[in-house]
Amino acid sequence: MRAVASETRDPLASPREITARPSIGPVLAHAGPPALLLAAILGLWEWGVRAFGIPFYILPAPSRIATVLVTDRALLASEAAVTLLEIFLGFGIAFVMGIGLALLIFASRTVERAVYPLVIASQTVPVFAIAPLLIVWLGYGMLSKVAMAALIVFFPIVVNTVDGLRAADPDIINLLLILGATPAQVLVKLRAPAALPFVFSGIRIAVATSVIGAVIGEWVGATQGLGFLMIHANAQLHIDLVFAAITVLSLMAVGLFLAVSGIEWLVLPWRRVAGS
Amino acid sequence: MTPKLQIVDLTKRFPATRSSSAGGGADSKAGWLGVLSRVSLDVGQREFVTLLGPSGCGKSTLCNIVAGLIPPDGGEVLLDGAPIGPRRGQVAYMQQKDLLLPWRRVIDNAILGLEIQGVARLEARDEARDLLRRFGLERFEWYYPALLSGGMRQRVALVRTLLCRKDVVVLDEPFGALDAMTRAAMRGYLLRLVEEFGRTILFITHDIEEAILLSDRIYVMSARPGRIRAEIAVPLVRPRDPAHATVVRTKAEITAALHAEMAEAFS
Repeated sequence: MRAVASETRDPLASPREITARPSIGPVLAHAGPPALLLAAILGLWEWGVRAFGIPFYILPAPSRIATVLVTDRALLASEAAVTLLEIFLGFGIAFVMGIGLALLIFASRTVERAVYPLVIASQTVPVFAIAPLLIVWLGYGMLSKVAMAALIVFFPIVVNTVDGLRAADPDIINLLLILGATPAQVLVKLRAPAALPFVFSGIRIAVATSVIGAVIGEWVGATQGLGFLMIHANAQLHIDLVFAAITVLSLMAVGLFLAVSGIEWLVLPWRRVAGS
Repeated sequence: MTPKLQIVDLTKRFPATRSSSAGGGADSKAGWLGVLSRVSLDVGQREFVTLLGPSGCGKSTLCNIVAGLIPPDGGEVLLDGAPIGPRRGQVAYMQQKDLLLPWRRVIDNAILGLEIQGVARLEARDEARDLLRRFGLERFEWYYPALLSGGMRQRVALVRTLLCRKDVVVLDEPFGALDAMTRAAMRGYLLRLVEEFGRTILFITHDIEEAILLSDRIYVMSARPGRIRAEIAVPLVRPRDPAHATVVRTKAEITAALHAEMAEAFS
């Protein structure tokens, strides 16, 4: 009995592409232009501040901000740690509850009809407006900031997960049913993996906004955190410290964004092959 | 002897929307579009039977009924003489789209059916490996589908279909999306495979020559509503030469019959 395929000369066997491993080269090529532009802006800023003799309590030069970043690094680090913890807790709570609610909305028409419009309508209420209330209800401590971050993160996670769960190709659902799959198997083998890219794009939006949520919470009323530090430094016209705190916050948001992208890269290897 | 697969008086109609009712044909009653009209056919044990017809003749609807995805309005489908009812997963079914899961590597796409049946992953992979090798895919076991060509993806889908351990395989225009050269190669794969594994096959196509080259018997369908117009046996040994006199003559006969049918439909 002979094998169906002849291994050596198969006209169909050439794949479109052999290698799938990305290299660091393109990353540098992408990072180069914005880095140069940023350097140019900072240079112009430094020159302008010195040339026009602008005082540091109006606009500090980048070099002065850099100095503060170094000299006050212990203070900045300890306040950043507080803000970061608020973000992580808020994000974690919103993530678990968001995925849970998304599954409920997906699984039950009744829940969907009752809850989904409210979830969407809740977005018309500016979270900043609730911040003072949260302080009243949950106090000046960490809890009110965690709640702020969670509230702001909740929506993109729920909406993206629901969209993702619905995104599965109906033909593939039929295929699984023909293969004898149970609804649970369809969920685990098809809907959940198909939803993951959607969940990740929700998380990417969420991590950036979670930083905003935590900082707003700290502005309104707090005893610790980068937002608290900024308000106090601002009041005392320590504008260089304000800029240093803003720098740390930006780096934090960028770091979180990169971390999520890195996790996505690891968890969804098939997207690397299919994409770009 | 009971045929392996029997389709008896199968009838199906869909509620017609205003836009589609225009092409409803003589048999469509007000508001309904007749898709299948008393279609009967049988497929013997290890027989390769092709259902040949123009697009819109209800071939895919028939496949969906046999696969248990939609219920018929009349008639029944018998497997080994017993009605299949609304139960799914009794026949293997492959479509024009390969429907591979992009997050599963080739080998794990191939074992999807076995995995759903509860076979352990490693055992299923062993079984798949052998079949992938026969299809010239052994170098691509660990590739993601996105890296494969259309023909290769369709071969993976074929392996997945064959691995379902079902006696009856329904192939709904499986090579419809492929170019002519790849199609010819895929036909070769399919034929050698059928000889080796001896499955019962119901093959759907609108390609007359493909039907003649592959089948033991051909049912020719007409459109709107779909019904069986002719049954043609092709008693030739395989592989068949497209230039063989009988192949050419049969092709001419079927073409003429279909042309008359089309002329009637459009007059």
